[in-house]
Amino acid sequence: MPAGLFDEVVLPHLDAAYNLARWLTRSDADADDVVQEACVRALRFFGGYRGNNARGWLLAIVRNSCYDFLRRHRPQELTDAFDEEIHTAVEDTQTPEALLLRRADRAMVRQALETLPLAWREVIILRELEGLSYKQIADVAGIKIGTVMSRLARARARLQQLLGSDATREVAQ
Amino acid sequence: MNCSEVRSLVHAHLDGELDLVRQVEIDDHVRQCEACQAIYESQRALSSALKTDGLYFTAPASLQRKVRAAVRATAEPSQWWSRAFSPQRLALAGAAAIVIIAAIAGPIVSRRSHDDQIAQEVVSAHIRSLMASHLTDVLSSDQHTVKPWFAGKLDFSPPVVDLKDQGFPLVGGRLDYVENRPIAALSYRSGQHVINLFVWPSTSSADAGESFVGRQGYNALSWTRDHTNFWAVSDLNVTELRQFAQLVRDRSGGG
Repeated sequence: MPAGLFDEVVLPHLDAAYNLARWLTRSDADADDVVQEACVRALRFFGGYRGNNARGWLLAIVRNSCYDFLRRHRPQELTDAFDEEIHTAVEDTQTPEALLLRRADRAMVRQALETLPLAWREVIILRELEGLSYKQIADVAGIKIGTVMSRLARARARLQQLLGSDATREVAQ
Repeated sequence: MNCSEVRSLVHAHLDGELDLVRQVEIDDHVRQCEACQAIYESQRALSSALKTDGLYFTAPASLQRKVRAAVRATAEPSQWWSRAFSPQRLALAGAAAIVIIAAIAGPIVSRRSHDDQIAQEVVSAHIRSLMASHLTDVLSSDQHTVKPWFAGKLDFSPPVVDLKDQGFPLVGGRLDYVENRPIAALSYRSGQHVINLFVWPSTSSADAGESFVGRQGYNALSWTRDHTNFWAVSDLNVTELRQFAQLVRDRSGGG
């Protein structure tokens, strides 16, 4: 496989790769390492690339590299028991006060995102920051579309809670 | 649409995953229902808060350099490898290189790279047969026409079976060239898919079970039986290709 072709296909999506890796590992240095490793893997698997949606293909590899990295270095983040049933708090947690999050500043939003469980964080990043469709997210994360939808709903409800209450507190001070 | 239906679809609506009819229904409902409107607006506020520029991490310039370097370091040895093992290079420098590599890497590895080499050759032969519209030299679905056609052209007589009743009609046969010798290539169809079955005498007397490789989107199954190598290559899925291989073994075993 010519490295030139690889450059054309993969390098345009380096920002997307880095953004995902950075959000999943929550560290600049680790994201740097993971993306390099993922690119080398992508090169090795280039034969499996079917010529459509290079970004989704690369993101799936980056995502798996992130999980491998976390499994090796911070396994507790993968095993941090978060039971989707227990964490369900979707029903009507969205209150008009949540509108206050419009005022929430960037640092707060970032912090809230970083506290989300890994499985929720990845769907939010892929949807809101990367703009992928449910189908594309399902492909990248290797989950069903129904799971994409339920994780998105739960992640958003949690963010509403975190940002809504924080914003309220800040305004009250 | 009632409130609970609307609320269950708010995310899908904001994410642009709904068809136009349902989008409009939700818009209408939200305009008239204050409670749903509050939920809708808060979700929209969340989405826009997440889309602020500051949250997206762009790759540092140094990363692009590092990735290029890492890719070059990985790509170049493998390019050298594949160039060295292309048929042309093999013809030039092959024999010596193989002896050296076989001595260093041991019989197992050399056996595998030998099979890889054949896999590459038969897949290339398969692709050539499709590209050049040279699928058959003898166009016949009759095994009793195809089999005698090879007589005098090859130093062996390939087993030719028709599998039309099993959904794999024989299309014909041709001569091909693999592993530095002329061999028999039999063409079958399965629906729109072409299967090439490459057959030539084995240098080893031992039978070998079925093994599978995927190359360039094609599937290749190989086995050795009665001193004969068989390679079936197709874009057919592996399950059906396995069925085909099993049928070939069953039928040619008897005759």
